Amino acid sequence: MKSFRGFIIKEFYHIFRDKRTMLILFGMPVIQLVLFGFAIRNEITDAKISIVDHSNDYITLEIKQKLLSSGYFLLQDDIDKDSDIEAVFRKGVVKEVIVFEQEFAQRLLRDGSAHIQIIADASDPNTANMLIGYTSSIIQDYQKSLKNQSSFLPQILPEVKLLYNPELKSVFMFVPGLIALLLMLVSALMTSITITREKELGTMEILLVSPLKPFQIIVGKVIPYLFLSFVNTATVLLLARLVFGVPFNGSYGLFFFEALLFVITALSLGIMISTISKTQQTAMMIALAGLMLPVIILSGFIFPVSSMPWPLQVFSNIVPAKWFLIIVKGIMLKGIGIEYLWKETMILAGMSLIFVSVSIKKFKIRLQ
Amino acid sequence: MNEPGYAIRAEQLTKRFGDFIAVNEITFDVKQGEIYGFLGANGAGKTTAIRMLIGLLSPSSGIATVAGFDVYKETENIKRNIGYMSQRFSLYEDLTVKENIRFYGGVYGLSSSEIRDKTDFLLKKLELEHARNMLISSLPLGWKQKLAFSIAVIHDPKIVFLDEPTGGVDPITRRQFWNLIYEASSKGVTVFVTTHYMDESEYCDRVSIMVDGRIAALDTPRGLKRIFHASSMDEVFLKLARPEKVGDI
Amino acid sequence: MRTIRFLIQKEFIQIFRNKGMLPIIFGMPIIQLLILTNAATFDLRNVQFHLIDRDQTTTSRKLVEKFTSSEYFIPVAQSFSDEKGEENLKSNRARMVLNIPGNFEKEVLSNKVSHIQFIINAEDGNAAGLTQTYASNIVHAFAMEYQSVWSSVDNPKQIKIDYSFWYNPELNYETYMIPGILVALVSMIGLFLSGMNIVREKEIGTIEQLNVTPIKKHEFIIGKLLPFWLLGLFILGFGLFVAKLIFNIPIMGSLWLIFGTAAVYLIVVLGIGLFISTVTDTQQQAMFIAWFFMVIFMLLGGLFTPIESMPSWAQNLTVVNPIAHYIQMMRGILIKGAVIGDISFQVIVLSLYSIIMLTLSVLRYRKVND
Repeated sequence: MKSFRGFIIKEFYHIFRDKRTMLILFGMPVIQLVLFGFAIRNEITDAKISIVDHSNDYITLEIKQKLLSSGYFLLQDDIDKDSDIEAVFRKGVVKEVIVFEQEFAQRLLRDGSAHIQIIADASDPNTANMLIGYTSSIIQDYQKSLKNQSSFLPQILPEVKLLYNPELKSVFMFVPGLIALLLMLVSALMTSITITREKELGTMEILLVSPLKPFQIIVGKVIPYLFLSFVNTATVLLLARLVFGVPFNGSYGLFFFEALLFVITALSLGIMISTISKTQQTAMMIALAGLMLPVIILSGFIFPVSSMPWPLQVFSNIVPAKWFLIIVKGIMLKGIGIEYLWKETMILAGMSLIFVSVSIKKFKIRLQ
Repeated sequence: MNEPGYAIRAEQLTKRFGDFIAVNEITFDVKQGEIYGFLGANGAGKTTAIRMLIGLLSPSSGIATVAGFDVYKETENIKRNIGYMSQRFSLYEDLTVKENIRFYGGVYGLSSSEIRDKTDFLLKKLELEHARNMLISSLPLGWKQKLAFSIAVIHDPKIVFLDEPTGGVDPITRRQFWNLIYEASSKGVTVFVTTHYMDESEYCDRVSIMVDGRIAALDTPRGLKRIFHASSMDEVFLKLARPEKVGDI
Repeated sequence: MRTIRFLIQKEFIQIFRNKGMLPIIFGMPIIQLLILTNAATFDLRNVQFHLIDRDQTTTSRKLVEKFTSSEYFIPVAQSFSDEKGEENLKSNRARMVLNIPGNFEKEVLSNKVSHIQFIINAEDGNAAGLTQTYASNIVHAFAMEYQSVWSSVDNPKQIKIDYSFWYNPELNYETYMIPGILVALVSMIGLFLSGMNIVREKEIGTIEQLNVTPIKKHEFIIGKLLPFWLLGLFILGFGLFVAKLIFNIPIMGSLWLIFGTAAVYLIVVLGIGLFISTVTDTQQQAMFIAWFFMVIFMLLGGLFTPIESMPSWAQNLTVVNPIAHYIQMMRGILIKGAVIGDISFQVIVLSLYSIIMLTLSVLRYRKVND
């Protein structure tokens, strides 16, 4: 036991003596959270649009004013030929073009109908959809103001109650996502590197002939990172509360317990990666290039899992970050306890168990 | 100060890292064609000194020339004229014997036909023809060391620097290794070698012994033994190193 | 120049000899491209909802029917108590509760204002916003049906709106995501491999041996860069080929332009990688720095969330984000058929960037230490 303690202390020294890595490890989450928290938005404001007005009468003027004063749109280029639209779109700045037909006001008043064409750059379908939605609702509002009737129609008023995030802030989504991303990659990457590094430098052999048991060696290597990840979690949480006002409705104890569990899952994944890779290079590429996009895309960090095609929904179940995200959002935003989260907790624990047993198996094979 | 006949000259060459003085005003010269042994305990400053001479590290003060070129300003000219084999292993483990020879030959500007000839010649000389396409990582250490030396002199440099070239190999291989050194020396190559095997220092024309960043003694092996009334270089070394080092052992 | 040839040859042998790495370099990007493309969608589907229908009339059932027959909503549970509904929201069984009050039919038919309630789990603000819009649209359409029963007056003064979705009329999300994900994957492989490269030689010790050779600094950097440059171009081409084959993505612009711009872009990415590699001491450090920048470049690069949505200071920051530029170029060229004149700004920025990064790497690479 004494040699084990000495070993852990040695591992701590290794990490903490390297000032630059320290700076990166502790500074990185802070910078990223602040940057992303302020910068990443899904809502659209100030989208650049162009208007082709073949009519230029008082009604088109009024509609244009309504659009541009809405806060959603900024007029980028005024073009006067339909043939210019293509060129404007290809530059990539303008996302929507609105075309008023000739004699717009006259047609509207005389014939009772006039045409507006809204063309969206649908290379980004999501933005295109939102922009067209905004535009048509503004035009419809204007249309309603033209005719003051419809008072005797039946009306069904939907009352909307948005639970857990009434202002629909994206940052409430990104904070839990970032915690998951940081913990996952830092833990998996760090352990996988640190173990393969000993293999590469040949020092693993030395450790293996020492009185330490292989199990102790692995645990000893992992404990400092466990500690480090914990500090990172706390920092990110503190920032999220203080800077972004993300609510925390659940229990801190449960939160840190679950974070600990997730870190253990990630660390054991790291250990597994290190047992299947010979060099640091391989380990790092698996941990970084292999995990980064799946953690971002398949975990529900940015894209809702339930909207994915069903094979991918099934597939996303093997991404530990997905379960952790459900847990974190549940605790922070919904304020629910273990009685709702036991399933996710069990899954994470089960995953850790699998990773660890695969590692032990691989490790033993290598020793024989 | 560049007289013909000297391969290396150093005058009060010094390297400081912050407060620590790794190499403290060492002065010596190495004649052309000489085998010069650069001895000292681990941490005495041998590697730092060698790194300054071969242009990997810039000195803090003092003067030195290697092959007539200044170690401050003309490092690239020095590099054209020297070979170097470091104590850390310097061949690519994931390349084969042939590929390593080819790579270093190419980097030193040998033509393709020269590389081909050299490869055949080296492999024959080292009796490694069967290992031509084996990965370096699969070779025993002794073979690697001999190969590394041969590659260090592949471009026929005027001077070759060897930093602990025989660390960890068996006596027979060490003997073979020194045969390679003698062979190079007989062709006029100056050899600058650091070692902590004192028996090896007997093979050198002259040796200097570094203690705590200074050159504590410099002479032929026979001369040193006479001065220190010792029967072997081992004894010379112990007499030199002990007074300061007693507490450490 | 001959020296560079030998360096490149050596790097290639090393890359292809490491059998553990080959599937990671060549297989993983393609697999990720195929899988992740389908997952990256903001389209809302399958919103599971909990129904509380206290009315239990033909009208209320008609409304529910409207919800269930749409492609957006799936009923998962039903009850008469609010608690059950909220319980299901908490346990993630449902994402919305549709609450129809007891006198719904009466109010609708007697032409009064009637109320229904959506309770939406808004953890994911974006999805919640969309859920709200879709649900309201359904209710609106439902109300319109009753409206036509009550009023047959045809409205004059109608502004008719025609929509056109250019470049992607079916609003296919794959078309949009593939160029971006491909760029992200190629960048990752390039940045990580180049970032590890020089520092790896430092760790193993072979860098010393190279530093005592007369190799020139620029030869060294070019020799290190070119293999990964070719590798990057190859993966990009292969990825495009697979994407065309399987997803039939549009390739409207010129392939020459795609690869020409990729050539410049890869120099920037690899330049950054090599620079990181020259300033670090261990592969571990190098990878952390590379990871740090990669995440920032990617999340702020318009890959997942539009750059236009970011606050203006963050939008200005994207000038130094190579991924943002290249994703924009790729989307422009592939989907819209942009020509070089349309992307001249990005081309200029990336060209300058590549020169700066290469110069920095060459300057920062030290053959002689202090």
